Amino acid sequence: MIFKALFLQLFTRPVTNRFPAKYMPKSVLGFLAKVEEGKARLVPPVPVTEGFRGKIAYDREKCIGCQMCIRVCPARVIEFKPEEKKIRMYVARCTYCAQCVDVCPVGALARSREFLLADYDRFAPNLVVE
Amino acid sequence: MREKVKPEEMAEANERAPACSTCFEVPIGPIHPALKEGIRFTFWIEGERIRKVDIRPGFMHRGIEFMGTKRNLIQVLYLAERICGICSISHPLAIVQAVEQAAGIEVPPRAQYIRVIIGELERIHSHLLWAGVAAHELGFDTLLHYVWKVREPVLDLLEDLTGNRINYAIPIYGGVRRDVPPEKYPVLKNALRYYRSLVDDFVNFFLRDPSIEARTRGVGVLTREEADSLCAVGPTARASGLRKDVRQDWPYFAYPDLGVRAITPEDMGLEVQGDVYDRIVVRLLEVVQSIEIIERCLEEMPDGEIIAFPKVAALLAHLKKAEGEGIGRHEAPRGEVIHYIRLQADEEAPVVWKVKAPTYSNLMPWYPMFRDQEIADIPIVAASIDPCICCMERVQIVRGGREETLWKEQLLELSWAKTRRIVRGLGPSHVTRRASRGGADERR
Repeated sequence: MIFKALFLQLFTRPVTNRFPAKYMPKSVLGFLAKVEEGKARLVPPVPVTEGFRGKIAYDREKCIGCQMCIRVCPARVIEFKPEEKKIRMYVARCTYCAQCVDVCPVGALARSREFLLADYDRFAPNLVVE
Repeated sequence: MREKVKPEEMAEANERAPACSTCFEVPIGPIHPALKEGIRFTFWIEGERIRKVDIRPGFMHRGIEFMGTKRNLIQVLYLAERICGICSISHPLAIVQAVEQAAGIEVPPRAQYIRVIIGELERIHSHLLWAGVAAHELGFDTLLHYVWKVREPVLDLLEDLTGNRINYAIPIYGGVRRDVPPEKYPVLKNALRYYRSLVDDFVNFFLRDPSIEARTRGVGVLTREEADSLCAVGPTARASGLRKDVRQDWPYFAYPDLGVRAITPEDMGLEVQGDVYDRIVVRLLEVVQSIEIIERCLEEMPDGEIIAFPKVAALLAHLKKAEGEGIGRHEAPRGEVIHYIRLQADEEAPVVWKVKAPTYSNLMPWYPMFRDQEIADIPIVAASIDPCICCMERVQIVRGGREETLWKEQLLELSWAKTRRIVRGLGPSHVTRRASRGGADERR
């Protein structure tokens, strides 16, 4: 029967991480603004693992403009800028498969562990990498 | 005088004829709280009992196969991963087999073992997810929360091994993208020990619980003969006593070395009844089986390479030259998934890509399962095959902006009209609807 497990559960910590706050704030945006002012404390998200595939980091200096990443990208995230021979990435489309990281011959792309990328604007500065 | 009835109307009227004179017709779906995805059931109900059921899929078609023929094979791999959100390794594992067969790529043995490990971990999390959903459908939400709580460690483990909880992006043509290094073995073994310690709890909570037994014993029965003749796959077939498992019948990857045997309720000393209870039994036993398989993999896994083409550019060049066809099959948590692919030289995209998801085979078994069940049993019987509707949707005919279904008579007409066109020497071009109608009139 399940009663024993339920009784034990009363004395163990809940597995749910209470992100972003212990109790649901009336307005999440208002709460986040308060966090920025330093008036409230954010309950941190569950940390990600070592090899997590998050937002792609781009090293502009190393990029040689070979366009291999554009060829393999399944979500067509990457745009080529022909005049500079560099790329621009629209993170809002990204599926985080990191195939572009594997294919890059000079190591200009890398996986980062950044994953809190929700935004109202898909062209927000944080979501366009160039 | 009445107008002449068109064949499609006749077929529809035929389908709509009540199964008995006192039956009520109750449509459920395509959007309904009892269903997780869009599919329409029409039940003919007499009192509380279902006498006849009709199923109409086709609301969730996404045109993935068509999209695949517009992309190169590496892009198709990640598209295949997104056919299903839960079997997010089963479809890639099937397509890599198909492409490796078509392009003649040898996979290093260590990669084969890693594929098996990730596939079996996925089976554990998928079966736990199903167990939670089934508990919820029965109104046992405590159990839902308990099961989904214990499902988290396996997702964390998958994130640790692959880089993401769902959509692992691990297999690639000719191997796997990421190794399971020996440093990770203790983490894996710990997680397996944790799940082994939970098995007794699961048996207690699910199989010895009187209310679950009362709600699932004798409900949604699929006999062995029906399962065989309707080509059920996966746990649905095995719960009816069919020892049918791709890992046993056509072993692939490292499965030939591991000697997997299909599981039926008999393995727990129970008599096979083919009801929802038996499907719970089979899935719980398969979780145990998956733990055993992974443990054996960790012991027997050889060292060595994990990928045949370390450079992606070389792989793309090899795939571009490849010509031929291949079939890949994998035992997904829900049953057998098949991918067919045809490659042409100097063509980056596959010419044909055909996917058969397990739910496609498990739709027909719904007919005998629903027969003579009560209305209140609809959610649990529908959920008992672990349906995944959007993975299964393959055909949607749209002409002139309107969707429509071609009935058998219309298909025959199209076929006859095509024959006549070829006989007249006009060539096998696409026959318009008007031409086929005219052709049919001529025949009369």
